[in-house]
Amino acid sequence: MPPARGVGSLHTEVEVAEPDRTDRQHELPPRRTGPLPPGVLVGAGVLVLIPIVALMWVGSYSKATPKLWGFPFFYWYQLLWVFIAAACTYLAYLLVRNARRGGGDR
Amino acid sequence: MTGVNWVALTIVIILFVFVTAVGFAAARWRRAQSMASLDEWGLGGRGFGTFITWFLLGGDLYTAYTFIAVPAAMFATGAVSGFFAVPYTIIVYPIIFVFLPRLWSVSHRHGYVTPADFVEGRHGSRGLGLAVAVTGILATMPYIALQLVGIQAVLEVMGVGGSNNVIARDLPLFIAFAVLAAYTYSSGLRAPALIAFIKDFLIYLVIIVAVVYIAVKIGFGASFDAAQKKMATINPVSGKPTGVFIPPPAQYLAYASLALGSALALFMYPHSVTAVLSSRSRNVIRRNASILPAYSLMLGLLALIGFAAIAAGTKPIGLDGKPNAQLVVPQFFENAFPSWFAGVAFAAIAIGALVPAAIMSIAAANLFTRNIYRAYFEHGVSREKEASVAKVTSLIVKLGALIFVLSLDRQNAINFQLLGGIWILQTFPALVFGLYTRWFHRWALLTGWAVGMIYGTVEAYHQSSLATKHFGSSLAQVPFFGKLGYIALTAFVINIIVAAVLTFVFRAVKAPEGVDQTEPSDYYADEGDPRVQPIDELTADTSRASST
Repeated sequence: MPPARGVGSLHTEVEVAEPDRTDRQHELPPRRTGPLPPGVLVGAGVLVLIPIVALMWVGSYSKATPKLWGFPFFYWYQLLWVFIAAACTYLAYLLVRNARRGGGDR
Repeated sequence: MTGVNWVALTIVIILFVFVTAVGFAAARWRRAQSMASLDEWGLGGRGFGTFITWFLLGGDLYTAYTFIAVPAAMFATGAVSGFFAVPYTIIVYPIIFVFLPRLWSVSHRHGYVTPADFVEGRHGSRGLGLAVAVTGILATMPYIALQLVGIQAVLEVMGVGGSNNVIARDLPLFIAFAVLAAYTYSSGLRAPALIAFIKDFLIYLVIIVAVVYIAVKIGFGASFDAAQKKMATINPVSGKPTGVFIPPPAQYLAYASLALGSALALFMYPHSVTAVLSSRSRNVIRRNASILPAYSLMLGLLALIGFAAIAAGTKPIGLDGKPNAQLVVPQFFENAFPSWFAGVAFAAIAIGALVPAAIMSIAAANLFTRNIYRAYFEHGVSREKEASVAKVTSLIVKLGALIFVLSLDRQNAINFQLLGGIWILQTFPALVFGLYTRWFHRWALLTGWAVGMIYGTVEAYHQSSLATKHFGSSLAQVPFFGKLGYIALTAFVINIIVAAVLTFVFRAVKAPEGVDQTEPSDYYADEGDPRVQPIDELTADTSRASST
């Protein structure tokens, strides 16, 4: 596996056939385990809370206009949150992963 | 609807035979030295990466019943009972992002196979573990039965099963389940994991084609207009509007609580936990939390088929001549598309039933084996014996679901599934709070669970609708709020209050706390971490890898 495991590394994990697990383990960089630094916890916490709060606040989107391609606001707005929520969760994942991998010194 | 749609039926049979072959071949996929342990049979070797886990969880959570029921609800009563599935399946992922990696770590370190294993070990209480296990099995059984209802809906629209002869009517369903049972027995979790690829490919294909069709032939604007008009029409029997197009303020709580309650409950279901524990590392789970929403988008578009069917004038009439909203999706496909493509859509739904049904039966079997059989009947049971008990249990579970569907009214399966959602959420405090704290006393958690179960069951029983006298709705008046809310969430809040108050009481009388098997570092253990115990399964991995 290439040493750089940046944002685009999602696909390097793709595997269907028998994985060579023991080899991979040697290449994994050292990890920090245990509780995350408070800053990371707060950052990731806010990121995962954003979609929950936004969608629980039904009053903010229970209306018909503005329409988009014939979709009333109520419908397209919630579908839009599929993408925003995925982005929030992915950012939270990157935050947590980098904190674990880099030991917080990068 | 007259006669059998032979073209569609042929396509369904071909795809079904193909899936069956894949199911049996799965036993050889990522082959282990021995399938005779729950880690291999019940968790697929605990080594699935991001890609496989994505398909497996997607195939597991978005079931055939979802594909049938969500558009059916949109068709019949609109947004509150149908479209809440979209916010529900969006917010579930941020929620699991937070706590599932901890459950994965502690389960890996201690060889836990089921959520009840963890609850038992963490709180030092076999009784609490049993409560969680029994709740899981009770909630899963009707869910499996509903997958059969999904297959039945497809068969009915194809014109199969119209005979009055009981055996001829239910034979296709019986064959489908016998075959499913056979390959689950031999291949374990590997079978649904591999079939999930086919299922999801077909589902995505069908949805994309359907969306293009709706956009071009019906128009989304026309679909929404037709839906708005239908929902506003006054129902002559109840004197109220047919449904809800956009929730008014009085329904905000209902909409939000349905979404939140369902999202909190989803990963309490044993089949969800099974799929998560089969993954290779914490990061596989976290990455999946950000890519699984792709399925939520698909579900949202699928839900809109319910509205498109209103505009298209789809008439979902069963073989018995009565209207049945559950048939709206298959009927829509049969009307809109040539027979061969309707066949592909039907096969997608039917195969969509097989994947979750297999995982659910495996999860229920794991629960029975670990938390009932091993905990109460044979404490020092060997790994091999555990696997064989689980395999037999998976057969019994499926047989039970089949009898459930064939002997009871279909409405019963739906009622029980509604109850299942309420019940399973009551295991949340013991499981999820337990991942973070032992502050709650084990007996307080048990009492809170019992109160939540009873409250939820009684409340649900008292809800009537036009169709049924009892279990007519998952919504009820929330005490002190005066508005409708999801019963499961109300019961959950009561559960927590009871558990918290009683914790003070049990502490005051110095009730014994029970022994905690886990230690703080267990909750962070990860793949490749020297602190992950070298359990047998990993040793087997090493020998397998070195031989390749």
